[in-house]
Amino acid sequence: MTSPQSNFDVIIIGAGSVGVPTAYFMARAGLSVLVIEQLPSVGQASNKHAIGGIRATHSDPAKIHLGNRSLAVFANWQARHGDDLEWRQGGYSFVAYTDEHVQSLKDLTAWQVEHGLNISWLERAVMLEILPQLNPAGLRGGTFSPEDGSASPLKSAFAFHLRAVEAGAVFHFNEAVTGFIKHGDRLTGVVTDRGRYSASTIINAAGGWARPISQLAGVDIPVEPDSHEAAITEPVQRLFHPMVVDMRARPGSTNFYFYQHPTGKIIFCMTPDPPILGTHTIASSDFLPRASRRLLELMPVLQHIRVRRVWRGTYPMTPDGSPILGEVPGLEGYLLATGMCGQGFMLGPGVGQLLTALVLNHLDNQDKIILEKLSYSRSFDSVEVLK
Amino acid sequence: MPLNRIESHPILPIPEKETLEFTWQGQKLTAKKDETIASALIANGIDIFGHHPKDGSPLGLFCANGQCSQCLVLLEGRPVKACMTPVRAAASICPADGLPDISRLPADPISFIAEATQEVKDVPVLIIGGGPAGLSAALELGQLGVQTLLVDDKSRLGGKLVLQTHRFFGSSHAVHAGTRGIDIAGKLADELTQYPSVEVGLNTTAVALYEDQVVGLWDANEDRYLTVRPQVLLVATGARERSLPFKGNTLPGIYGAGAFQTLVNRDLVRPAKDLFIVGGGNVGLIAGYHALQAGINVVGLMEAMPQCGGYKVHEDKLARFNVPILTSHTILEAKGKDHVSSVVIAKVDERFKPIPGTESEVACDCVLIAVGLNPVDEFLFKAQEVGLPVYAAGDAAEIAEASAAMFSGKIKGREIARHLGWDTPETPKDWLTFESILKSRPGDVLGLDEGLRSGKAFPIMHCRQEIPCDPCASVCPKDLIRIDPQDIRHLPEFCELDDKNCIACERCVAVCPGLAITLVDFRRNQAEPFVSIPLEFSPDLIQVGDRVPVTDVDGQVLGRFPVDRVRSLREFSRTLIVRVKVPAELATHAAGIQIISAWEPSAAESDHFLGETPQENIVCRCEHISADEIRALVRAGVRDINQIKAETKATMGACGGKTCLSLIKKIFREEGVPLEAVTDPPVRPVFVETPLSILAGKAQEGSEK
Repeated sequence: MTSPQSNFDVIIIGAGSVGVPTAYFMARAGLSVLVIEQLPSVGQASNKHAIGGIRATHSDPAKIHLGNRSLAVFANWQARHGDDLEWRQGGYSFVAYTDEHVQSLKDLTAWQVEHGLNISWLERAVMLEILPQLNPAGLRGGTFSPEDGSASPLKSAFAFHLRAVEAGAVFHFNEAVTGFIKHGDRLTGVVTDRGRYSASTIINAAGGWARPISQLAGVDIPVEPDSHEAAITEPVQRLFHPMVVDMRARPGSTNFYFYQHPTGKIIFCMTPDPPILGTHTIASSDFLPRASRRLLELMPVLQHIRVRRVWRGTYPMTPDGSPILGEVPGLEGYLLATGMCGQGFMLGPGVGQLLTALVLNHLDNQDKIILEKLSYSRSFDSVEVLK
Repeated sequence: MPLNRIESHPILPIPEKETLEFTWQGQKLTAKKDETIASALIANGIDIFGHHPKDGSPLGLFCANGQCSQCLVLLEGRPVKACMTPVRAAASICPADGLPDISRLPADPISFIAEATQEVKDVPVLIIGGGPAGLSAALELGQLGVQTLLVDDKSRLGGKLVLQTHRFFGSSHAVHAGTRGIDIAGKLADELTQYPSVEVGLNTTAVALYEDQVVGLWDANEDRYLTVRPQVLLVATGARERSLPFKGNTLPGIYGAGAFQTLVNRDLVRPAKDLFIVGGGNVGLIAGYHALQAGINVVGLMEAMPQCGGYKVHEDKLARFNVPILTSHTILEAKGKDHVSSVVIAKVDERFKPIPGTESEVACDCVLIAVGLNPVDEFLFKAQEVGLPVYAAGDAAEIAEASAAMFSGKIKGREIARHLGWDTPETPKDWLTFESILKSRPGDVLGLDEGLRSGKAFPIMHCRQEIPCDPCASVCPKDLIRIDPQDIRHLPEFCELDDKNCIACERCVAVCPGLAITLVDFRRNQAEPFVSIPLEFSPDLIQVGDRVPVTDVDGQVLGRFPVDRVRSLREFSRTLIVRVKVPAELATHAAGIQIISAWEPSAAESDHFLGETPQENIVCRCEHISADEIRALVRAGVRDINQIKAETKATMGACGGKTCLSLIKKIFREEGVPLEAVTDPPVRPVFVETPLSILAGKAQEGSEK
């Protein structure tokens, strides 16, 4: 399987939510690309554990830009390539049941509108038109951003992979990076358990495993994996379209979110509190009773259906909840595409486009702002409102 | 509409059960109290339970064991498995046609039980599965006083024993050989009640095993979710049936053999008139015999190998009733619009490829798939993954006979006690030897022993195949039948002694699980001796004075001979011993009595093709993915089943790959891809779909909020 070629413009470590679309954009731009992945096929580490939500309605300008770019990629993919990514533009809805959330969501919506996002505050009655099954007791209203949506992470990874290979990218599976080749202050290649490869740019897109990989290059990055758990029900006829987010805290969790997949299944997930550290992917026994309760609290009609599967996926977390993108001062030829904090799938295509512009030296002003905001050298002390 | 209920049975008592009314699509129907929705519907002649959301094809029962999820129906609008859900009075049940619409179901805010009640309970031993293996392990642990929780998803203990109306093979002293499976279930369950350290949870489905070594249980008695953390887990979950991809394989009327036995022997429902069986292992052969006992024609049994893999004595039981045994055959297709009406079969060559021109069509209204079993092993592997000490017994560990399952449960029970530090002796070495004997496959078929034939009265052992079995040796009051106690696979020998003669007590005839012992008695008449032949059919079918067709061991009719006596022995109830007068030269060859002529070839061939079936050769029953689709991906170079999963959704459906994963692997092998080159998908909990309301702890009506 190993390609005889050992010299590339770009080597990407990790064939996941970020590495695969990045390979696609770079190969399309005419760069020779090698992707090294230790698992047998694309998306097998954390990508396939993602629930598929894609939004631009963040509270950080850099992520808004990346989100918008990604949304455009997902929304236009099928028309362009014919691959069905199960993309649905169902919107996102943050629901408010408390004074505190009414206020914070209204403030944020105003700010997001200023930043060009299509989002509005909806009063209770309008909210219930969009989500007729939502528990009306205590509901105050909520936001709705109709341009956000969802897609299948694994189908997307396969499609990006297929089209990247068509564009000439080379993928090595079942191959693990064991070290880097360094000349002075420059990374010039990668050593794996199967061979040595050289490239002028090496991108770390190793998700939850980015930190130990980076340490092999002598660069410590503040990326710590923790886990979120999710479950999926049996399918039922369409009840609602948006991703619903409830920011109230409950025992064992902070945010809770769910949506109805195109197949009719309900996928639900929550942010565990305290965090579950590590990269283990088997769900704990706490999750289902707690998450099911939160789901039924929000949408009682779902009491009539059954849970089909439960799982856990890795969130490569950074101290401030935002990705770490771009160059590392003092080490040339090394780019970070790491610390996606559970948003690698929704940010991946945008990240891929941005890094392609960086490698080709085509950065525009917005690109520069994003890279500065998400740089390795930033101080990690501010936390985003909407994590 | 006539009810498809079994009103009389040679072995099973027909209990008087209360009836209740329910509705199906608004139509009032009658059910028996406590029976499942699936059985109630089939008893009412309804076998299309819904239509698949993807292709609209009709769906009905397949596994009857909560494994495959093909029997979905809507109960009060809620999707449920018809095979696992009891029908209640006044229940409103509808077919699941496409995706359920729950938008108009009750949606008032829910109150929940206090979170504290969902605390994890610690138990020293959890046994999942109350079949032969789980029960035997529980008995061993109970004798020692080890605190044990045994859960089973059915309403009574015994597992598949409760479907087995035949007497069991194996060892009479160790595993109740010579007793009927249903009776063994009762004996083991009764015995268990003496041991207070064993708590039994019936109607309790183990649904998941989590990273923190906690097992999730769905207790359907109280409609609640329980979590337990065992120190040791015993997986005694038995087996699930393998499916087989052929065109039309999901048509209603095509059942796993266990489903058929569940309908017929547990629920006394007759789902068919003319049955065709795919698979000549013990499961298929026994199911055929059970069908005959239930008054169902068996129009044929097909086996891909040149010989049936099951016990010869089981095959002989079918041969005696003229059931065609079609070896070196395969099934190409099941035909029918919304119910199976015929099968197309063909001969196969030595590489199991169908030989063109040998196709034939057999009319039938029911097809049994009995092509082997797979262990229900998801709890075993998940326990190993999360580091929970785990043992497996019975079919969950290795597919074998129920007798072996009992013995392996006993061994594992003792090992678990030792693991927990109980001072109990190590498993004796000869137990392990004995376990392997019970698990052994049948040996070659030897010629009929023409040995001792000179005495006045003597038994003829028509069993000429080495199988682990010894009841005949244990019941002879004169101790004249010998089987090597060190290895009960050896054939029995009748050894008359100088001071002891056969007294023609007929106990060996009655006890033989293979119905393979006859007794020849020359004491009254040298020219026309009596031959005593066992028969497990209704006494109404045979009268003294009748001239009945008597067959040899292979089912060839030797002639019609008069019945002289019909009786059964108290100790071996429901086995008739029919004494016929047979000419001396045929006496030792007489092996069976043909009561019913099951197969009428003319009827089978008269039915006409109903045109092409729109059905495909389905591998993934949940998502309706065909073998052709999977094969195309394998041929395109896919080696990671995760990729097949993402592209087709195979293994991602309701059952989570329980049915299709082994078939997908088979396709890889058929395409010449070694399984070492194939990446398995993860198997994730929950292993059984579980209601959100149960998981969330919805407060029951009237209970404390």
